[in-house]
Amino acid sequence: MSRPAPTSPDEFAISARNVVKTFRAHGQPTSLKERLLRRGRPARPPFRALDDVSLEIQAGHTVGLIGHNGSGKSTLLKVLSGIIRPSSGEVVVNGRVASLLELGAGFNGELTGRENIYLNASLLGLTHSEIDSMFDSIVGFSELEEFIDDPVKHYSSGMYVRLGFAVAVHVDPDILLVDEVLAVGDEAFQVKCLDKIAEFQEQNRTILVVSHALDLVARICDRAIVLDHGSLVFDGDPEVAADTLRMLLGTTPSDEDEVSIEAPANPVQIISATALDAGTSHEIATAHAGEPLVIRVVVDIEAVAVARCAELTIVLMGVGDLPILVQTYRGRPVGIAGGGRWIVDFRSDELPPLQGAVVVAVQVSDAEGLPVAVFRTKRGFAMVRDTAEPGLAYASYTTEARTEARTEARALVAESRP
Amino acid sequence: MRTARQRVVRRELLTGLVRKDLKVKYQGSVLGFTWSLANPLLTLAVYSFVFGLVLKAGIPDFGFYLMCGLLLWNAFSTAVGSATASVVANAGLVKKVPFPLGVLPLSSVAFAIVHYLLQLLVLIVVMVAFKQWHHWDAGMVLLPGALLVVLVFTIAISYLVAALNVRYRDTQHIVDVVLLAGMWLNPIVYSATQLKTRLEKHHLWNVYFLNPMADVVVAAQRALYGTGRTYQASTGRDPVLPDQGLMFYVIRLGVGLVVSAVVLVLTYRLYHRMSSDFAEEL
Repeated sequence: MSRPAPTSPDEFAISARNVVKTFRAHGQPTSLKERLLRRGRPARPPFRALDDVSLEIQAGHTVGLIGHNGSGKSTLLKVLSGIIRPSSGEVVVNGRVASLLELGAGFNGELTGRENIYLNASLLGLTHSEIDSMFDSIVGFSELEEFIDDPVKHYSSGMYVRLGFAVAVHVDPDILLVDEVLAVGDEAFQVKCLDKIAEFQEQNRTILVVSHALDLVARICDRAIVLDHGSLVFDGDPEVAADTLRMLLGTTPSDEDEVSIEAPANPVQIISATALDAGTSHEIATAHAGEPLVIRVVVDIEAVAVARCAELTIVLMGVGDLPILVQTYRGRPVGIAGGGRWIVDFRSDELPPLQGAVVVAVQVSDAEGLPVAVFRTKRGFAMVRDTAEPGLAYASYTTEARTEARTEARALVAESRP
Repeated sequence: MRTARQRVVRRELLTGLVRKDLKVKYQGSVLGFTWSLANPLLTLAVYSFVFGLVLKAGIPDFGFYLMCGLLLWNAFSTAVGSATASVVANAGLVKKVPFPLGVLPLSSVAFAIVHYLLQLLVLIVVMVAFKQWHHWDAGMVLLPGALLVVLVFTIAISYLVAALNVRYRDTQHIVDVVLLAGMWLNPIVYSATQLKTRLEKHHLWNVYFLNPMADVVVAAQRALYGTGRTYQASTGRDPVLPDQGLMFYVIRLGVGLVVSAVVLVLTYRLYHRMSSDFAEEL
């Protein structure tokens, strides 16, 4: 069947600007009685599932969307597919969208496979004549020729999702939104699904895939986006994205890690170390190479310990606790002899061309350099640069090549023998 | 603007959903669809016996009189009842697949209307068998009009209850009660003539017919039950139907259509506005 004219490659397929999605907190009244009974009581604050997310996806790209459970991936996918609307912000989608949030959603057990194909395809926006023309191909893809006239309630779960995927990939979308559905079926079927994805990529369709399989995302995506607690923390190279997420997950075994590693009785408490936009002083999740960056450290000090604090060091640490940048403030907190808050800003005027996820480690030391308090941020931020090469750092380089014919080289070797 | 293609998809989706409902409803039953037709026939027989012979309602051919209105009311009440649950029952779909949500209450209405048309056909056949046709005249033209009005009104109410039920599950229970009582607001079991003098005294006669279902019911009675039969109670020998001409019913249907259309515009807007939050409220 004929495809709609492909969108030109420089055009964006999906654009989201400042998307915020808040959900009413659980326990909101769902009946009139509850609503009446709860009148006047303070409502619980709404839950922010997406917090000011902006992204643009060029037509023809395959983009991965990763994050821990509850980070807002599925919510973002639902907002982009139009199932729920953003609380604020704007979403623009160019082209026909098929969203695979759940395979076989809308299948009815009493109907046969054949009937479900027609009903499901109608739901996904196909006309009957279109389904007629691709019916055999759908059945062929699902490998359910024998069972197509049986009610799907007799299908195994594997057969069920095969049929669901078969219908969905035949919807012929410009943009495919996929939520963790590649993890179903046996290996042979997964290979088939990945082949289909590869075929879509060749046809210059846009794919946005949500997955927990970081290796898969790194393998099939041109780009990946990391969400953390509803915020977009990284958008770029999929390998770096996977590292960023691993760091977010790996360095946060429990909430206790956020507080100072010293005992709570320590008179010097490092409260926070935050990456800020140098202009606006808002917290940022991504720092760009070449731009200024401010790391703000806040320390609460009690009177007894003020004299002990002699210097403050921050270390930006990459994957595997690799120290990337070390900066030290040499000086004592002044004017708070009776205890108080010490705020130190580390301003880098121009970030070097690094990329990767970093966390900030902080140490307050005494005059001998011994640690008074140490701290390490739970949530890191991502450093990005514009160059396409992977790797932590970047140096501008030129290339020069020459060749030597193999025979000459051999001759050289032969001559040098005694 | 909706494209022609989208219209085709919506129509096919609607028929697909109705076909699914039919299939699911009669799955595993031997007689299947016949049950939907046997039910009104049985009602007809029982009511003819009880009210015609035992209780003496005073309306001649009571069974036929009753069925003219009752089938319409049943269609309305079935549609509204199932439309109330239509969005909630399809929560899995609403939360996972983007599709035109307006089709959900519509499929409940279409399902009920399909049933009504078949039951109407059976009623007409039975009336022919009992030689009722000599009561039929040009009033038959009211029937398509009545169908149009009941369709518009049913869709209007269905949008309202389907949307409200997503946020307030109380709607389901309120609808049940209102439907049970609402039947008696319409001249289905009794005759409108019995109310006429009393209502006119309080200038409520026209107010009574602001209810589109009352308009539809009297129009269907005028079309199928026909004129020429008089009320056989002790109060006198008033005609069973409130008016012998056609104009009276045409005006009622016109009023009913206007009321229904206004309600539809309002409830459709409400449904449309609320539907963007269905996925997160379910």
